[in-house]
Amino acid sequence: MSKSLRVDPIACDGHGLCAELFPEWVRLDDWGFPIVDPRPVPASLEGHAQRAVKECPAVALRLIAARSRIA
Amino acid sequence: MTAQATRVRPRIAPPDGVARLLAAVRGDGRSVSLAEHHAINGPLPVERDLIELVEASRLRGRGGGSFPTGQKLRAVASQRGRPVVVVNAAEGEPASKKDKALLHHVPHLVLDGAAAAAAVLGADSVVVALGGRARAEHSGLARAIAERRDRLRWRIAPISDAFVAGEETALIAALAGRAAKPTTKPPYPFESGVGGAPTLVQNVETLAHLALIARFGPEWFRSLGTEAEPGTALVTLSGAVARPGVYEIELGTRLSELVAQAGGATEPSEAFLVGGYFGAWTRDADLHLNSANGLGAGVVVALPARSCALRESARVARFLAAESAGQCGPCVHGLQALADGLDRLAHGRAGDRGSQLERWASEVVGRGACRHPDGAANFVTSTLSVFADEVARHVRHGGCGGTDRGILPVGADA
Repeated sequence: MSKSLRVDPIACDGHGLCAELFPEWVRLDDWGFPIVDPRPVPASLEGHAQRAVKECPAVALRLIAARSRIA
Repeated sequence: MTAQATRVRPRIAPPDGVARLLAAVRGDGRSVSLAEHHAINGPLPVERDLIELVEASRLRGRGGGSFPTGQKLRAVASQRGRPVVVVNAAEGEPASKKDKALLHHVPHLVLDGAAAAAAVLGADSVVVALGGRARAEHSGLARAIAERRDRLRWRIAPISDAFVAGEETALIAALAGRAAKPTTKPPYPFESGVGGAPTLVQNVETLAHLALIARFGPEWFRSLGTEAEPGTALVTLSGAVARPGVYEIELGTRLSELVAQAGGATEPSEAFLVGGYFGAWTRDADLHLNSANGLGAGVVVALPARSCALRESARVARFLAAESAGQCGPCVHGLQALADGLDRLAHGRAGDRGSQLERWASEVVGRGACRHPDGAANFVTSTLSVFADEVARHVRHGGCGGTDRGILPVGADA
């Protein structure tokens, strides 16, 4: 099943590591907080996504099943 | 069996005009007592198929989110455990008065809505969450609750007066004794709210409509308004009109008709703010007022032409930045930058002509735990686009000749 990268904005402290590890899907705004591509991450890039999730110092990134958002 | 087939014909005739919620409001300004309420509207019937009735009515929430009320009821009903009903009376929007007006004038209509929802969900406790500054409403409500003869446990919970306190998860946090700040979703309150129980959080006005739907049915409800958005809605109208105040309108009513109902304009209006501080400006007096056009929680402000739209809006942007819960980076930094930028434009000190502001505004959308940054960005984007000529004039001449007349209130004492 395809998965999307999600950031928990309350937990995120703007370390910016995710944008370094996964620049194809994450860029930083003018204050260093991540802007994450909402589209499902292609299987070929999922390894990068998983590494970004694992390395996030604030544990604010997650890979979730693409359609688990309700509202 | 259909919802219609189980309905008992009401013995009391439903209100037949546009004033439905406000039909029983007394001329002397006193609250309608329980006995008077029953004499006018009849007792609250027990409707086992209330959820079907509400779904058939196509009622949408009147707290700003316009979420289908039937769907919300069903979401709570589908959970395990005994639910709790929360009346959301936070009304943190400074220009909104309608929820407090309803609570004061017809408290039992609101309480009936909560009681009907509690009955169908099997809840035995109702919490009314009310801003701490609303002391008069609090004591009025306590008197109304004391009059009731149902078996529900009623509790009035004073909560923070902050703008975000009415956001559902912030409200749940406040009721648990934590800071009134939004939390990460899921879980949503319908899954885990007060004390971890499935919780129905419903706006004051929405519950009042629900109380009438329980009595008079969905066909009656849909007989006013439009096919897409049936029923009536309360609007808090302020600014350059003869009689500012709370009005009940049929959904789909034109802006110009609302202004006429309020005695007309007192001076030419440059634009109207529709939907409050998460809403948008319009110059179209023919705009149909409904949630698709951004009516939100029903705030409409007529901005007089001689005031400076940019300075007024900059003050609101500053307020919204200050009212951020301070939890999410994009909201904290983005709203601050938007407020600073709009302030520079309004005072003729801008070199950026708004394009950077537009980018910031588009970038903060969807990046908070709640919709606060989205709403604030929506307001700033609308200000820049509807007042593009004023922006150009401010950049060229340092101002427009208008002043900030405090038309848009930003605090309890505004």
